[in-house]
Amino acid sequence: MVDRGGADVSDPLIEVTVKFFGSYREEVGEETIAVRLQRGETVADLLSTLQAKLPRWAAYEHVPMVARNLEYAAVQEVLCDGDEVALFPPVSGG
Amino acid sequence: MTVEDRVELTDAPIDAAAILQRLASPADGAVSLFLGTVRDHNEGRAVLRLEYHAYAEMALRTMRRIAAATRARHGVTGIVLIHRVGTLEVGEVAVLVAVCAPHRGEAFDACREAMERVKHEAPIWKKEHFEGGEAWIEGCSTPPEAGG
Repeated sequence: MVDRGGADVSDPLIEVTVKFFGSYREEVGEETIAVRLQRGETVADLLSTLQAKLPRWAAYEHVPMVARNLEYAAVQEVLCDGDEVALFPPVSGG
Repeated sequence: MTVEDRVELTDAPIDAAAILQRLASPADGAVSLFLGTVRDHNEGRAVLRLEYHAYAEMALRTMRRIAAATRARHGVTGIVLIHRVGTLEVGEVAVLVAVCAPHRGEAFDACREAMERVKHEAPIWKKEHFEGGEAWIEGCSTPPEAGG
């Protein structure tokens, strides 16, 4: 049995791609990182994992904006293998 | 008669006159145009230039949705949303919103609404270069409802 990302759903781990934008990209020093999570973990779980891995970024005061597969996402959303998650500060176009 | 929505991110200067010429239709009595330009000061600092960065794929998707929603809500016949990326000097156009409609009321309303939504929803950021330094400008908006 495979999920959307083509992975075996009996595998307890999934991998998501995390992209950083704006000031976050400079804080993290990377544009994109791959993160392994337990199957069933949510956006909130991903944020906790990253806060532990990236203390400098975690020191930011505000709550990051989160998009999952090009749409704004809520923290309780469950992530799937192959998801693209983007983290960024409040937008400032215009 | 309706004109297809035009939504773009571009690193080239925005030519408002050329865009208006293509937007105009004989059935419309109103064209509303908004240009956001780079100001020479911000929070007491002398601004030298702005650098715009976008999450292009998502920004275009968000802007296309805003164009479609604005058209449907206000009954406008044509809408153009264009945002610059890259480095802009003072006075350059950073964002253009143009709307055509049968009458001025819906043209004004649609233009303003589309501009506000682009500013608050499209994943675009600017970095300000001022005399003596640089700083990311961060909006104060809360994330739009998940799922659009």
